[in-house]
Amino acid sequence: MTAWLVALPILVPFVTAILAFLAGGSITVKRWISVAGAAVLLAVGLLLIHQVYQHGILVGAMGDWPPPFGIALVVDFLSAIMVAITGITGLAVAVYALAEVDRAEEHVGFHPLFHLLLGGVCGAFTTGDMFNLYVWFEVMLISSFALLVLGSRKAQIDGAVKYVALNLVSTVLFLVAVGLLYGMTGTLNMADLHLTIPQVENQGLVTAVALMFIVAFGIKSALFPLFFWLPAAYHTPSVSVSAIFSALLTKVGVYALIRVFTLIFTQDVGYTHNLLLIIAGITMLTGVLGAAAQNEFRRILSFHIVSQIGYMIMGLALYTPLGVMGAVFYVVHHIIVKANLFLVSGVANRLTGSFELKKIGGLYKSQPFVAVLFLVPAFSLAGLPPLSGFWAKLVLVQAGLEIGSYLIVATALLVGLLTIYSMTKIWNEAFWKSHPDAIEPGTGAVALSRRDYILLTAPIAGMAALTVIIGLWTEPFILLATAAAEQLLNPDAYVNAVLGARP
Amino acid sequence: MAGLDHDARMPLLAWLVTLLPLAFLILFATYIPAVSAGETIRIVYPWAPSIGVSLSFVIDGLSLLFALLISGIGVIIFLYSGSYLAGHPQIGRFYLYLASFMVSMLGLVVADNLITMFVFWELTSITSYFLIGFNNEDQTARRNALQALLVTVAGGLAMLAGLVLWAQAGDSYELSVLLAQGHAIHADPLYGWILALVLIGAFTKSAQFPFHFWLPNAMAAPTPVSAYLHSATMVKGGVYLLARMHPGLGGTEAWMWSLILVGAITAVLSSVIAVRQTDLKLKLAYTTVMALGTLTMFLGADTEVALAAAMTFILVHSLYKATLFLVVGMIDHETGTRQIDAVGGLRRAMPIAAAAALLAAFSMAGFPPFFGFIGKEMMYEGALAIGPAAPIVVVAAVAANALMIGVALAVALRPFFGPLKPTPRKPHEAPWMMWSGPIVLAAGGLLFGLFPGLVDGTLVIRAAEAVSAAPSDLYLSLWHGFNLPLLLSVITTALGLMLYWRYDAAMRTVDGVFTRIPMTGDRGYDATMAGVVHVADIQTEILQSGIMRRYLLTVMAAFAILVGYTLIAKDALALPDTLGTVPTYMWPIVGLIVAATAVTVFTQSRLAAICALGTVGTAIALVFMIFGAPDVAMTQLMVEILVVVIVAIILLRLPGFHGSAHAGRIGRIRDAVVAIATGAVVTAIMLAMVSMPLDRRLTDYFEAHSVPEAHGRNIVNVILVDFRALDTFGEIAVVGIAGFACYALIRLRRRQTWDAEAGRRVADGKP
Repeated sequence: MTAWLVALPILVPFVTAILAFLAGGSITVKRWISVAGAAVLLAVGLLLIHQVYQHGILVGAMGDWPPPFGIALVVDFLSAIMVAITGITGLAVAVYALAEVDRAEEHVGFHPLFHLLLGGVCGAFTTGDMFNLYVWFEVMLISSFALLVLGSRKAQIDGAVKYVALNLVSTVLFLVAVGLLYGMTGTLNMADLHLTIPQVENQGLVTAVALMFIVAFGIKSALFPLFFWLPAAYHTPSVSVSAIFSALLTKVGVYALIRVFTLIFTQDVGYTHNLLLIIAGITMLTGVLGAAAQNEFRRILSFHIVSQIGYMIMGLALYTPLGVMGAVFYVVHHIIVKANLFLVSGVANRLTGSFELKKIGGLYKSQPFVAVLFLVPAFSLAGLPPLSGFWAKLVLVQAGLEIGSYLIVATALLVGLLTIYSMTKIWNEAFWKSHPDAIEPGTGAVALSRRDYILLTAPIAGMAALTVIIGLWTEPFILLATAAAEQLLNPDAYVNAVLGARP
Repeated sequence: MAGLDHDARMPLLAWLVTLLPLAFLILFATYIPAVSAGETIRIVYPWAPSIGVSLSFVIDGLSLLFALLISGIGVIIFLYSGSYLAGHPQIGRFYLYLASFMVSMLGLVVADNLITMFVFWELTSITSYFLIGFNNEDQTARRNALQALLVTVAGGLAMLAGLVLWAQAGDSYELSVLLAQGHAIHADPLYGWILALVLIGAFTKSAQFPFHFWLPNAMAAPTPVSAYLHSATMVKGGVYLLARMHPGLGGTEAWMWSLILVGAITAVLSSVIAVRQTDLKLKLAYTTVMALGTLTMFLGADTEVALAAAMTFILVHSLYKATLFLVVGMIDHETGTRQIDAVGGLRRAMPIAAAAALLAAFSMAGFPPFFGFIGKEMMYEGALAIGPAAPIVVVAAVAANALMIGVALAVALRPFFGPLKPTPRKPHEAPWMMWSGPIVLAAGGLLFGLFPGLVDGTLVIRAAEAVSAAPSDLYLSLWHGFNLPLLLSVITTALGLMLYWRYDAAMRTVDGVFTRIPMTGDRGYDATMAGVVHVADIQTEILQSGIMRRYLLTVMAAFAILVGYTLIAKDALALPDTLGTVPTYMWPIVGLIVAATAVTVFTQSRLAAICALGTVGTAIALVFMIFGAPDVAMTQLMVEILVVVIVAIILLRLPGFHGSAHAGRIGRIRDAVVAIATGAVVTAIMLAMVSMPLDRRLTDYFEAHSVPEAHGRNIVNVILVDFRALDTFGEIAVVGIAGFACYALIRLRRRQTWDAEAGRRVADGKP
């Protein structure tokens, strides 16, 4: 029974994808299937969180082969949270896409590809096996590549080539590293690795392999100096695709880093985690400076993903209960807020005619509702209280100061300030300034039908509301993140759940 | 002033929202009896208890004084704005921001939890941003709004770090708990940092030198906003913070000298600049900075009288400054200008405004029997009691106050007296909603001067007790007898009157000096912003160049350096024992791999390169064969053949290949170094790994269970379809999606649009 339950995050998107594919010519049916599938995935995520609360860590041995011999899917709080948040963004983007993705792209398979991506992502979040994780990375990579080139425009192909080439480097390194891990320990099961890694005689080699994982996952999560693929690609596809990418792709890398560096490679924390801390700081800084150099809505947002990833890795690298809790909280907050900002960029583009800040304006005056929808996630991203991002940053600041990591805290605060600069730049140009061509946003050539307006803004409003809820009613979310961090930092429960209680 | 319709009726909205500050005023007034009896009221709700955050509020003399000022002046500002902005299309948004500001400000002054206080602190900065930028289509307003936001938020972030450090040192986020620990924090090794960080927050918010520049720029806001936020309330947030933290962080040399020096410089510098301004509103803005400097200076002290003087002056200043701002707003509203040279003789057209201005200016100048006189006497008495820093404080206070008298008289007398000057609009009295507030406030300045007993025991002294954390039996009175403070008052008045007598000459002199100063805070801000963007541009040009070769090179180099360094530093290098015994038949295969790799690297032909790569793969298939894995070898061979064939077909359709020619000689060497290093690292790590014994648990299990449980004799097949079927499922999905993607690409080719940038490199880092 549990096996079926933990397989649901993979099954639901795959079944949705197949149904959407089979729906053939009827776009309406495809759409309904897509939205329904995403809603079911969200429900599954929430159900999993509930189940972990009730029964502790859930383990499903696939094919009934006991771990570590077969593949086990393992759902702890972190995994369940990640599935739920995938469901939330999946649902929001699925609705948004109804008014945004063009018909030709829907015809050739946007909806199935979208859900295959979600399936790959959820697989990565739930698997308890290193090689299986690699497989889900491949599923993600190929389906995201397909979504990226779906429009077949020149800039998209250029971005997609860079995206795929650099991610293939990551994949190859990951594969080699998994091979090395197997060679050293004779196992691929994560829980088993936790037990066998300390027994490896050449601990230096373990650390070297750990570094390979930092590089491999570092490329995936867009850490310095491995992030080039992200700003090269994210502004090119349709807004729906940008949004789901921004929410999930790098976060799978972050998830993998959190998982591996709390469960497997904890034997030389002084080296690996300090290195991660340095990388985190530089990542924050280069990302935010990259954004300061941009003048296009989506490019600014893309560079900010890089910068924000730095905060999550900071939490992991501090490696204290508060730090890891902050990392988990930050991931959740960031996924909601960043995806939402990309969605808003699409609305701004539709209402004013461009993503280029110099070419647009006037949204504040004529579209106050859209202005509010931008302000909530933008200020939250910037860490202004009392929105979700404030708490995320506060926890990390507390965690850093608590153990005397002053430099990283100073960096985090400085980057927060520069983030405000970027967000107010967008606000200034797209909203406050009048439109340079004296166009009234949302009228004439840039008019938006009522149906499209509702479909585009409803998901944004929903996620903005969530941002406010996390900000004002923050305690339950902090408790959940704390519970997740406790599980991560006490891997015995995980190991016992997977391999059975050991003496 | 676009959008202002003079005849428009005061909207119903304005009446309704004015009830909000009124309700708060009444609410807080009900606490007066308890507080004047010396009580402290605490109210606590949980918020995020697991990280130490609660919605806890405290009402004592200090918070009550501020809360009454905020809500009381709020009533006047809300009413005034309804008339001032009548007919403005965005008046609804204006009130939304104003009301949000007021609530935030009230939250700030009653909050007892450090984080909750910080939340409100930041909210006042944010609401201020929207109010300064209210005329959002004006570029200056936008720029100045951002400046105010960035300066105050930067200080706020520094302060947050200081607050968290303090809370961690004192093991509580509750201010009342921390302050009850008294001076214990002084002994903490981090005290210096905590103090510095908190002070940065307070100084940026309260526009202390060298962060003072944002406040005059904030005058881009509509005048009621300037009167409310940037004079009477928000900018006093920093002062409030200093007062509130005084019992804990205060009382050290570091505290005293930081506050006294910064405050003194700010007070004197800004009152000199105030003389120079011709815009009435800007003049007032600089006098606000002066007042804030004075308050900071006095909060540096640790003596009862000095702290009481600061609290008195807060009330004095709020009353006269809000009045003057609102009067300038009326002048601006009714005449269309607020340049000091452009208006004159308005006393007949606007008698009530003139009366309010005069009353306020006399209080500002510190003439008896106004409340300002009491404030000034207290100041001098406090200054003399300060101790070692007394000379600085006395000189700074006398200088600043003398300049204030000159400015006060200039602001209040010049527009109303002398001959009537022609103005853009024909002047007449503003509606009563506008003049009633100022006249009430100005009258308050006289009333409290005549009857200081109305406020001393109930508010001001109770506030001073909260600051000094000690009971006080001080009281306020107009007449203290002939003493040194009175003498200083006389000197101040004489200097001030002299200044007013030669005001135009003074203006010219100050102006002459200041135009020659090369660096101001404002220009420093611009230079910083430009510097950040410049650094950002350069960094992005280098990192995100759009050149794929560079990206790959960086990633590979990062890998080689990080993993290579770790291998050496962690002493992980090892060679397997069997290395010396390579069977002879392996050498030709190794030779083939090496040769084919060399061809791949050095050939100028794409076709040759892909074929040579295919040869490498085939040789590897041979290795698999030799080690007894024919099925893997078959797969490998088929993949290699297919890749070569497919890529060769694609290559036929591509333009010529330039090889690595365009990398240049140094570039090629660099590429070679990185490539060889990467290869070497992978080889080294492989060798180290194979020198360990292989754990065969999994293989043994698969061998044992393949036939009896999975019913298959080919173990590789059983692994693929049973033991690890989920992997296979994923890989099948990958192949399927790839096919799907190709289908989509081909279907969509028809609508392929080539961008204008076709043929050029798409620089993904730069727009």
